[in-house]
Amino acid sequence: MADLSVNFAGIKSPNPFWLASGPLTNTGYQVAKAFDEGWGGAVWKTVGEPVVNVSSRLGGLDYGGRRMMGLNNIELISDRSLEDNLREIAQVKRRFPDQAVVVSVMVESRPEAWADVLHQIEDTGADGVEMNFGCPHGMSERGMGSIIGQVPDYTCQITGYAKSFTKLPVIVKLTPNVTDIRNPARSAVLGGADALSLINTINSVMGIDLDTWRPLPHVDGRGSHGGYCGPAVKPIALHMVSSIAQDEGVGVPISGIGGIETWRDAVEFLLLGASTVQVCTAAMHYGFRIVREMTDGLNDYLNARGMARVGELTGGALNRLGDWNDLNLSYQVVARIDQQKCVGCNLCYIACDDGGHQCIDLIPGQKVPLVREADCVGCNLCSLVCPVPGCIDMVPIETGRPAKTWRGLA
Amino acid sequence: MPEFTSDLVMHEVVGPLTTAEAREEALRCYYCYDAPCIRGCPTAIDIPVFIKHIATGHLLGAARTILDANPLGATCARICPTEALCEGACVRGQDSRPVAIGRLQRTATDAAMAGEVPDLPEFATAGHGRVAVVGAGPSGLSAASYLRRLGYEVDVFEERPAGGGLDTYGIVSFREPVAVSLWEVERAAKMGVQFHYGVRAGRDVSWDALREGWDAVVLAVGLGRVPRLGIGGEELPGVYDALELVEASKTGPLEAIRLFGTVAVVGAGNTAVDAATLAKRLGADRVIILYRRGEEAMPAYAYEYAFAKQEGIEYRWWTRPLAITGASRVEGIRVVSTRPASGQARSDRQAQLEDVADSVQDIPVSAVIRAVGQEKPGQIWSALGVLVREGRVVVDSETFETSLTGVYAIGDGLARPGEATVVQGVADGKRCAFAVHHRLTTGRED
Ligand SMILES: Cc1cc2nc3c(=O)[nH]c(=O)nc-3n(C[C@H](O)[C@H](O)[C@H](O)COP(=O)(O)OP(=O)(O)OC[C@H]3O[C@@H](n4cnc5c(N)ncnc54)[C@H](O)[C@@H]3O)c2cc1C
Ligand SMILES: Cc1cc2nc3c(=O)[nH]c(=O)nc-3n(C[C@H](O)[C@H](O)[C@H](O)COP(=O)(O)O)c2cc1C
Ligand code: SF4
Repeated sequence: MADLSVNFAGIKSPNPFWLASGPLTNTGYQVAKAFDEGWGGAVWKTVGEPVVNVSSRLGGLDYGGRRMMGLNNIELISDRSLEDNLREIAQVKRRFPDQAVVVSVMVESRPEAWADVLHQIEDTGADGVEMNFGCPHGMSERGMGSIIGQVPDYTCQITGYAKSFTKLPVIVKLTPNVTDIRNPARSAVLGGADALSLINTINSVMGIDLDTWRPLPHVDGRGSHGGYCGPAVKPIALHMVSSIAQDEGVGVPISGIGGIETWRDAVEFLLLGASTVQVCTAAMHYGFRIVREMTDGLNDYLNARGMARVGELTGGALNRLGDWNDLNLSYQVVARIDQQKCVGCNLCYIACDDGGHQCIDLIPGQKVPLVREADCVGCNLCSLVCPVPGCIDMVPIETGRPAKTWRGLA
Repeated sequence: MPEFTSDLVMHEVVGPLTTAEAREEALRCYYCYDAPCIRGCPTAIDIPVFIKHIATGHLLGAARTILDANPLGATCARICPTEALCEGACVRGQDSRPVAIGRLQRTATDAAMAGEVPDLPEFATAGHGRVAVVGAGPSGLSAASYLRRLGYEVDVFEERPAGGGLDTYGIVSFREPVAVSLWEVERAAKMGVQFHYGVRAGRDVSWDALREGWDAVVLAVGLGRVPRLGIGGEELPGVYDALELVEASKTGPLEAIRLFGTVAVVGAGNTAVDAATLAKRLGADRVIILYRRGEEAMPAYAYEYAFAKQEGIEYRWWTRPLAITGASRVEGIRVVSTRPASGQARSDRQAQLEDVADSVQDIPVSAVIRAVGQEKPGQIWSALGVLVREGRVVVDSETFETSLTGVYAIGDGLARPGEATVVQGVADGKRCAFAVHHRLTTGRED
């Protein structure tokens, strides 16, 4: 059994799987149930001034017969009273001393407001706070959420307030709705953030009903842009996590969020610099129980690689990611089609001919298309469209050319 | 129009897919390029496209794709031997199981039959003139539909009181309800095809009149009755022609043809399976199929054979009938065991057979059904004076034109070797319609 426990900026949890702030962590009932199922931590649904939430709130993007490849919401922060939230947080923390209870918070940008709420949170016994600078809808129209996260100076300033009013570890949750995530990340660290979490949801319009022309989701016929999350956003999140993990000006622990559904997704976040991960959509889709497969899978993965602690994964693949300028321009792969596995669907042919480099031929009377290796640029497209696992391999070939990079040439 | 009551009493064996099943099945399609399934379909329906339409919940588009390529798409969805055609070619048969193309086609055409009837794309060229089609079976309906879409006035002469040919009169209702076939006829009528029922060409309208009054004549006359076995006792009450039995089960009250006890079916093709499974539904306790060759040479499709087994039909291989016995009606059938003559393979359908000595046996039965193929329409060819070779009318392999200019022949009537299918007749009708159009617009045959 590998050691899955983590110490995240002073917040201890038995495993790196946390529930992200959202509908899953709205009540003491839910968080207690989640901990019973095996979640290592939970970030409480963002608390703050009371709000009114709308009905309806969620929209799903389906793909290929699978539901909710993407999810969007126009929900605001908790619409329960601060007192109720704080009381339940205290109860849960008392019952689950070993699990991480982090309180997400968002109040007006006045120092007194932050002082007040942070003191009350400290009194609950919670392990840390997460500052929600990421909510892209509603709250941002009132000067909170992503409106803070999008202006580095504000991020720095408000983080500073928080740090001055509490001794709890402060995590700043970043919005992805910026051109370069490193700027707000650096500002948060400058303001004193102990850790960063990302990504919050991405600005999005889910769709329009073709019969009624109503936006999805709609509230009495009208819609608003909402926050996008779920499996579809994972690549965006991985990029953002890795780019701040590599940034010299950051250097604090990272909690990776965005599209995590399986232990495999989680391992990718860890390898690119996260030390905990947070899950929202997947658990909303399938329930808290998914954490069991996640911990089992992660444990087996570590065992199979002879790794004792989950922390050993953090940042493990970061050195392989970098500038385009450092890629080896002499490296060459070509497509090889497995004659036995090919089913003859010709999808590689049409993809290469129309959207590739015209180097696959159909041979009359022959099932398997033929790759003209001399013309293959090695773009991968054919192997990506091939429906049969392992049928098209991208094989490195010896070019005889010495390794060279763009940077080296310049 | 006669009354067809069988749909009410004999339910389809294979039901429709549920909406969820259809969607899941549609999503299994790889959307192959130059898809092998299309090549497996004689009418070349753009299968990946119609399946994609189903996946996106656009059944109207799916039905359009199908009916554009095959006006008998609803019949074909039910009775095509898909394992030998599109599904046999589907690449998913290699990594999983083939996409259920036939049943998906049914999902789309069922929606069309329920009222969502698509309009069909117009052809770029339009001809004008009159074409006569003889026979309103699948091949005739196909030719008529395409000729109509190409702009021709089309008159269909059909000797029976309703159209659809064997789809209406010869396919057992539990495989294809009559309503499906009649819907297809009605669609052709709605396109403007003129149907003349109860008119037998060569009798009620002369061949000469047809050739003189119309710019082209398409013969889609199908095949004839089941031939006689040529053994004693065939006149006895209780001996049936499989096709007549099927027809009676569709057009008359079922009480009129109650079977009982043990029934023997002679022949082991698809018609025999239909006759045997029908006999069960008509009251037979036990049905035995007698075939003079072995299981290896049986001409029925694997799925037909499986269906027969599932219905509890018994088979007696290497068994040849010698005589039907009985005083005033069928009481038994006398049979002899056979084997391939020395040096002949058991699986060879053409192998010479010899009787096994001392193996004659009497099987007590209450009825015998003949299901040994259909007669060729020889008199029609001789009345017309078209070139015939080995009993088969000679046609151009591209245009289906006979030795008489402007006279074409399509469908089962060509008596091609191998199993005759609806979809082949439809494909013939389509190709022939374009050949007629080409001839009438260019005056040339090429
Ligand atoms: C029992 C049975 C089961 C079958 N099962 C299948 C199956 O599962 N799948 C499959 O694909 N195929 C099946 N077939 C074959 C299929 O029915 C035929 O291939 C198809 O019907 C051929 O169409 P056709 O238009 O050429 O001929 P037909 O369907 O025979 O139609 C010919 C029409 O021409 C009319 N006609 C003939 N002579 C004249 C005349 N002189 N004047 C006017 N009208 C005339 C007839 O009345 C008839 O309506 C089955 C056949 C049988 C007998
Ligand atoms: C319905 C809904 C409500 C959310 N509410 C909050 C919130 O109150 N505070 C917050 O920081 N993030 C909120 N989020 C964002 C998630 O915490 C998370 O950052 C995002 O969903 C990406 O993770 P995922 O792809 O696993 O869903 C919410 C997400 C959803 C779907
Ligand atoms: S062969 Fe099968 S998978 Fe390919 S397009 Fe046809 S139905 Fe789809």
